[in-house]
Amino acid sequence: MTAHFQNEFEQGGYSVGIDVGGTNTDAVVLDVDNTILTSTKEATTEDVTSGIRAALESVLDSLGDQRSRVSRVMLGTTHATNAIVDRRNLGRVAVLRLGAPASTGFPPLMGWPEDLRKAILAGSAVLPGGFMADGMPISPLDQDSIRRFLDSIKGPIDAVAICGIFSPSFPEQEREVEEIVLDHLGLSVPVSRSHDIGAIGLLERENATVINAALYGVAKSVTQGLMTVVDEQGLENSSVYFAQNDGTLMAVNYAARFPVLTIGSGPANSIRGAALLSGVTDAIVVDVGGTTSDLGVVTGGFPRESTLPREIGGVRTNFRMPDIISIGVGGGTRIDPSTGDIGSGSVGHHLHTEALIFGGSTPTLTDAAVACGVKTNILSRKERQKISSHLSSGTGQAMQCALINAHERIQDAVDRLSHGKANLPLVIVGGGGFLVPEGLTGVEGIVYPKHGGVANAVGAALSLVGGRAQQVSNFEERKVAIDAASRAAIDKAIEAGADPLLVEVVDVSESPMSYSTQQNIRISVKVAGPLARLDSPILPIGT
Amino acid sequence: MVIDTHNDLATLDGLQTGHKTIAASDVSALAAGAAIFGTGGGGSVDSAQIVVKAALEKHGTVRLRQVEELTDDDLVIVMSGVGAPTVGVEMLSAEHQPETLLREIEQTLGRPVTAVMPGEIGGSNGVAPAGWAAQLGLDVLDADGMGRAFPEATMVAMNVAGVPRDFRVLSDVVGNVVVIRTINATWLERHVRASTVASGSICLAASPLKAEHVPGAVIERSVSRVIEVGHVLLNSEDPVSSLVGSLGAEKFITGKIVDVERRTEGGFVRGAVTVAGLGEQRDRLLRVELQNENLLVLEAGEVLASVPDLVTVVDSETGHAVSTEQLRFGQRISVLAWPSDPLWRTTRGLEIAGPRAFGYDIDYQPLKRLAQTMRPDNQGDIE
Repeated sequence: MTAHFQNEFEQGGYSVGIDVGGTNTDAVVLDVDNTILTSTKEATTEDVTSGIRAALESVLDSLGDQRSRVSRVMLGTTHATNAIVDRRNLGRVAVLRLGAPASTGFPPLMGWPEDLRKAILAGSAVLPGGFMADGMPISPLDQDSIRRFLDSIKGPIDAVAICGIFSPSFPEQEREVEEIVLDHLGLSVPVSRSHDIGAIGLLERENATVINAALYGVAKSVTQGLMTVVDEQGLENSSVYFAQNDGTLMAVNYAARFPVLTIGSGPANSIRGAALLSGVTDAIVVDVGGTTSDLGVVTGGFPRESTLPREIGGVRTNFRMPDIISIGVGGGTRIDPSTGDIGSGSVGHHLHTEALIFGGSTPTLTDAAVACGVKTNILSRKERQKISSHLSSGTGQAMQCALINAHERIQDAVDRLSHGKANLPLVIVGGGGFLVPEGLTGVEGIVYPKHGGVANAVGAALSLVGGRAQQVSNFEERKVAIDAASRAAIDKAIEAGADPLLVEVVDVSESPMSYSTQQNIRISVKVAGPLARLDSPILPIGT
Repeated sequence: MVIDTHNDLATLDGLQTGHKTIAASDVSALAAGAAIFGTGGGGSVDSAQIVVKAALEKHGTVRLRQVEELTDDDLVIVMSGVGAPTVGVEMLSAEHQPETLLREIEQTLGRPVTAVMPGEIGGSNGVAPAGWAAQLGLDVLDADGMGRAFPEATMVAMNVAGVPRDFRVLSDVVGNVVVIRTINATWLERHVRASTVASGSICLAASPLKAEHVPGAVIERSVSRVIEVGHVLLNSEDPVSSLVGSLGAEKFITGKIVDVERRTEGGFVRGAVTVAGLGEQRDRLLRVELQNENLLVLEAGEVLASVPDLVTVVDSETGHAVSTEQLRFGQRISVLAWPSDPLWRTTRGLEIAGPRAFGYDIDYQPLKRLAQTMRPDNQGDIE
């Protein structure tokens, strides 16, 4: 077996990482040692597929006859996020909650923005079923009521979302209901089950489950678009993956079932890529773009997750999101020329025409940096001096104020992320990295990794496969519960493409549940592992 | 009948007008204010806010009754959710629960209920009763049992005043009703706890309160005060200053959280946060002790504020309350404190909810005296 793996390493499968952002579609090719062989930045296109095609073509071309060594393609995308934010291409979802009469005071999709609700909701019902915290059924499942509900819906049903009370602890019933739904509507209707999607917290989990169901159409077009491009390029024998928001990967068929998990993958990739490029596994990462700076923390190679509920498109969800602080500090951030305030947005991708140093009329933070003599990689020293003297002394003070404002905001964000416990290194990526001041407190050393501009695509290419599960248990049986949760999480990771031999538990957390005579605890397990080498003919299945 | 001024609060900004109703348009203010009076605890107001707004839109505005308007014909029920917050986020309440409770109480006591009083004005329990009242067609009494949030059901004004507490009705999600009559408050708590566990660790609870028992046994005008404070907070361009004015609060510091020491014990959040001043005040270090709620404020070995006085940590920009679960290193916050209702500062009140009731080996330090001695230091406060 060892020999087989060595053989595989010698032959060397290359990995292509692609990141489809709002402005650019980046691609990079890594060899087995994670050395960057080539990279590119192409414009993101309206249909997205063309941008992916251009990026993939570009890196494959520069590989020349080595292109046949590509064995994996990993894609990070903001498609799902944009579909929700723009309310475009969303499916009509029948929402079926189990647990009546419990929760009837809080109807499904409560508090959603009206336009999003209209775009998504085919119909909803709270029906008998569900469980109490200790496993006692709330009410017996009523199969007929499920069929009657489905029959009552006018118009098409693109997908069904099922959410049972305490289903993360007792998932069997959601599976049973899925069978009933498929039996009644036909196998072609995709079903989203809440216990696959989220943790305890009914409304947030249900919201995420409904959003997931609404995204099946979008997911299908993206996954098929990517597969088409991959086939066009003759890479049909390579494995294709999507990046998800906790910095791990999922197989394409998994991404097609759980599109909601791609939401937030951009910052997660950026953080992971930056960490790997810089060679540190614990760091604060700042990605300074044109519009914002996104700051996050990488811990043990994974992006640290947020503990607060996250909103997407105005809907509260509890799905996994990296703990990102996004601040309005970027190369294109507008400056008020009289005060130096930086609160009025960015010139965005018009930087190269609107900024003062490029002959435009809008003072930006890039101008401020140049005016104050900060070394940027945009201009030569000579050009810098010329422009620096052109910037009038009147606006000079405002420029200085603006830069100080930017520095303070970055310091603030670093403080909020560092928790003050340990001085972590700061890894800086993105085109506007020159805006990060020296001498920040709360960080130990600053690292500018090579290829920082494509950190997100690198992150996509290098992600691990993860999985997680939760269990509620009484305190005496916690060991049994941890084992059960670990097995469930490992199963999920393997299903998502992880190597069964190398996947391991990376985190176990327990939280007590008060107000019961028997001490109940909630156990949450996270696992991760490298991708199984399914693409290789030497896979040691059964050996 | 007309509420012209609140004499005891007349010096405070933003409280000149008394609310006589709660409309759907008041709900965001009610929620923001209830979070402020939650003193760091009381549960998130988000879900309750949505449900209450929907209930008021559906059933119409509810009347807010003053304590002095009650007659002998009135019967008030004190309502609150009881149970484990971790279960409460999953097994949400059923629509029928308030009605089931009401029916049972009216049947048992043989007379109609006329008003709902929140058991606790701080946090989610301060928001939800307006929705229950709308659903039941009842008034809301402009009062509550705490004037803030407390972790224990025994920490209520009715207990301080010695009103008999030996009767409670519970209604659970599936429709079970438990009528509990006990020989005293201790047994009541024990049976409420046991029944709640049997019902899946979450219940809706109500206790009747006779009109004759109300005066002196509740925190008066707390509902309208919370709505006022919420409106001030939501409509101000300088939220923290407006909040300080509206509450009549002392702002101890605006600073940055430099340490969060927090652990969960038996479902309770316990710990402390350390706040460092900014600018000229950067040498100051303030410590806030917390157990679900913020309980003490300490500086250089001195007690600046102590429970039952109210201590709330707010975002220094938005003025919105930051709950004890949300406290994070690096947050820019302001620490505010203001006096509790005089009822809490009686000997009996302090016995039930003073620092020693929470295991601190110190006596209650009245806020007002400290506020006077603190004032000279507080002038150079940097925003």
